[in-house]
Amino acid sequence: MEILSYLINGLGLGSVYAIIALGYTMVYGIAKMLNFAHGDIIMVGAYLSFFAMTRFQLPVIVSVALAVLGCTILGVVVERLAYKPLRQATSLSVLITAIGVSYFLQNSAQLLWSSSTKVYPTIISNGAIKIGSLSISYLSILTILVCILVMTCLTLFVNKTKTGQAMRACAEDKGAAQLMGINVNHIISITFAIGSGLAAIAAVLLCAAYPSVSPTLGSMPGIKAFTAAVFGGIGSIPGAFLGGILLGVIETLTKAYISTQLSDAIVFAVLIIVLLIKPAGLLGKKVSEKV
Amino acid sequence: MSEENRTPILEVTDLGIDFGGLTAVNNLDLTIYENETVGLIGPNGAGKTTVFNLLTKVYEPTRGEIWLCGENTHKMTTVQVNKAGIARTFQNIRLFMNLSVLDNVKTGMHNEHSYSVADAILRLPKYKKEEAEIDEKARELLKIFGLEDKAEYIAGSLPYGEQRRLEIARALATSPKLLLLDEPAAGMNPQETEELMDMIRKIRDQFHIAILLIEHDMKLVMGICERITVLNYGAMLATGTPEEIQANPQVIKAYLGE
Repeated sequence: MEILSYLINGLGLGSVYAIIALGYTMVYGIAKMLNFAHGDIIMVGAYLSFFAMTRFQLPVIVSVALAVLGCTILGVVVERLAYKPLRQATSLSVLITAIGVSYFLQNSAQLLWSSSTKVYPTIISNGAIKIGSLSISYLSILTILVCILVMTCLTLFVNKTKTGQAMRACAEDKGAAQLMGINVNHIISITFAIGSGLAAIAAVLLCAAYPSVSPTLGSMPGIKAFTAAVFGGIGSIPGAFLGGILLGVIETLTKAYISTQLSDAIVFAVLIIVLLIKPAGLLGKKVSEKV
Repeated sequence: MSEENRTPILEVTDLGIDFGGLTAVNNLDLTIYENETVGLIGPNGAGKTTVFNLLTKVYEPTRGEIWLCGENTHKMTTVQVNKAGIARTFQNIRLFMNLSVLDNVKTGMHNEHSYSVADAILRLPKYKKEEAEIDEKARELLKIFGLEDKAEYIAGSLPYGEQRRLEIARALATSPKLLLLDEPAAGMNPQETEELMDMIRKIRDQFHIAILLIEHDMKLVMGICERITVLNYGAMLATGTPEEIQANPQVIKAYLGE
């Protein structure tokens, strides 16, 4: 029974990674760039919801909505100001810019809200559902449900709407998409908006599990989610989901049965092994250049 | 009908582009009227595809003007040119290979939808109605190209000839006034080329569009084009009816050498 409850905790953690990984994978799939500032969008989402709940005493739902709105706008603005002017630049320039944006956001947060850690309010009771000797926390259930909901909506959006269709077209061939009358800049903006909005949702779930808010809050989950995206096959939405879930489960089980200190090392070791065997990631498509 | 009374779909004057010190296209004049098929021919490297890239604003012209249905395109982007009425196919097929055949055609109709994301997620009647219309239209287009049975196939799985036809269908889905075909018969056998010629005639008459095509297959060019423009080293070498072009000594020289 013990392993089952670890497994469910792992699914909960993995769901958060999956939601963050979706942001990385969608942006990579469409804009072909690694947005290393994505983790810091999570941080901003955490602060926004924190202030909404503590300083303005708003209800949880309203605070989450505000954080989602704020991050969506931030994501679109960052893309416009920092990445769009570099559309024709080499991928290395864009990568360096993304790292720059990451530092900019972290330092701005330090300046605005100080570097001291703030305690995030409790948004969901600590209780758990007990089935026999198995206990599942409400938070795990909520996180898993949110992740399933997000995945379902996103899959429907990408497969069933004209914007989703245009996104898939842009992911394959931006030049041809443009010649079919699809506004590529617009599609990239929407992608950043969705990714950043999801980052805000992940921020709230993350802070509900680890209730401390600081300017560097987004770094570690950001890196892990990026790993999850690569693990699952970057550019693939089901891949990000699978990668996130697996990473969360591996991490939790390692902490429980092997070593708490070694858990990150083992997680990354698994990534390296997977990439050695399947360089494109679990669900990634192998791209072979025609010669 | 004399040419003067007809509406020009496309009017190009003194068009040119330099890449650094290299002049790829120079002094090109081209006028295309409604319901007309014009051929753009010339030896390899003459600048034919560059002309297509200029017309669709993939490249910004260095000189000259492009008028589309009486509107100057100099401030338009690629997307705006497409909305204004130019659609194209590619020399190397550039379909969305991982999308279904039907979805490829539907991406061409992207700008026809007016439903919002909220309409789509909530599956409101507006979404359903528009999607049904688009679906029907897309399937009709596929029927013209004999691809209706393969609507659900992944585009990348189609044989080469069918991919070429699908690319034309996708371009037509954007409701163009002028269709640019870049070597539509490349890699086709004589039988397929014959079918393609019939198809091009059919779509021109059915959709009342003008067609500008680049092609090396002279049988096709001479067979369906009313007028032909010959490019050599980026400059216009000759323009005229197929008979005039065939008899032009300069053209023969450019193609066969001295």
